[in-house]
Amino acid sequence: MNQRRVVLISGAVVGALSVALAVAGNPANMGICVACFIRDIAGGLGLHRAEVVQYLRPEIPGFILGSMLAAVATGEFRARGGSSPVLRFVLGFFVIIGALVFLGCPLRMILRLAGGDLNAVFGIVGFAAGIWVGAILLRRGFTLGRSSRVSIGNALVLPILSAFLLILVIAMPAFIFASSKGPGSAHAPVLWALVAGLVVGALAQRSRLCLAGGIRDLILIRDPHLFSGFAAIFVVSLALNLISGRFKLGFEGQPVAHTDWMWNFLSMATVGLGAALLGGCPLRQCILAGEGDTDGVMAFLGMLVGAAFAHNWGIASSAAGPTANGKTATIVALVVMAVIGYMGIDASRRPNQKRTAKEA
Amino acid sequence: MAYRVDARGLSCPQPVVMTKRALEATIPEESGLSEVLEVLVDNHTAMENVSRFARHRGFDVQVEVGEEGDDCCIVRIYAKGLR
Repeated sequence: MNQRRVVLISGAVVGALSVALAVAGNPANMGICVACFIRDIAGGLGLHRAEVVQYLRPEIPGFILGSMLAAVATGEFRARGGSSPVLRFVLGFFVIIGALVFLGCPLRMILRLAGGDLNAVFGIVGFAAGIWVGAILLRRGFTLGRSSRVSIGNALVLPILSAFLLILVIAMPAFIFASSKGPGSAHAPVLWALVAGLVVGALAQRSRLCLAGGIRDLILIRDPHLFSGFAAIFVVSLALNLISGRFKLGFEGQPVAHTDWMWNFLSMATVGLGAALLGGCPLRQCILAGEGDTDGVMAFLGMLVGAAFAHNWGIASSAAGPTANGKTATIVALVVMAVIGYMGIDASRRPNQKRTAKEA
Repeated sequence: MAYRVDARGLSCPQPVVMTKRALEATIPEESGLSEVLEVLVDNHTAMENVSRFARHRGFDVQVEVGEEGDDCCIVRIYAKGLR
């Protein structure tokens, strides 16, 4: 099957499963949201104590394990790492802060638009603007450095942790938190969520589906390949929302969203820039982590810790709007990313051409 | 023998950006040698992306695996019709 078809089918399935999960119990327009679910997991583990957003979402371990299974089956699983792990942790940390000020990762941004939430339009414009800045840095030679082979144990840590999370969500020992109200209490049955997560993880691994990559490739090399997956998610989830009567057009009263356009724009610009520097959106980081890429694992851990801080420090927005701390954190995030971006430009780097045999 | 870009260990989109810059700096030779560029990558995603990019730009592409170690994929890019 050709790559184009794989990415279109993956996008369509992700769109369909997102609506299906919302119907099965996940919060509205949040069938899948990588940032929100990592935030819920941070809460479920007790890393933050925001009572309404605590639940060990099985979708996230599903993405990681689904990606791992697909990568193992096709011989693509390789333990690698060493490309600025600490900077990737920092970028992951600030990416999720941006996402939680907006109230959604890039995938949920699309799902929100497909549910009629027009606030997402400002998010998309900001996201594209952030990626555009990232693309300029990439064109100038921005790099986080090369990765190389690492021992297999490094690559197994996150999949094992994922399996452990699944055990915890089923066993529900007393030290695990679970919301009794709010978005954290709205969830699809564990098995459904896990199966959907595995399917999305495997398909995203095969198709390299990436929300940030879609826009980045359009800007950088005018290639609509990944963007077509992005479009397929939107079209399918929009159609299913319309059919099932879940589509509600407007700005006001949208589920788990606020109407502050400026901070919707700036927070998603943060996510766009961070994702461009990391080489992928939050979903893609989970997929890479499953494939054995320990740099993706570092970004994932950065997101997990960032989500905990976002709630402990009152950074995350609510339906009432962004907080003063959230605005400050977004500005800090943009500054940190700009510094990382600027310092990562390898000015000496030529197109890396070397004359070989013939020249000699 | 053509130019070579070593994009091993780099994550997307850097291999494609490097290929783009290299292709823009290289003119297909007229001496009958048709290979324009070889790009070394070490993961499937980069291999697919570089190949797709070169095909989009109207080049022929051939991929070889394992010539320089298990991890290394060589994407050879040829001027169309000259191979």
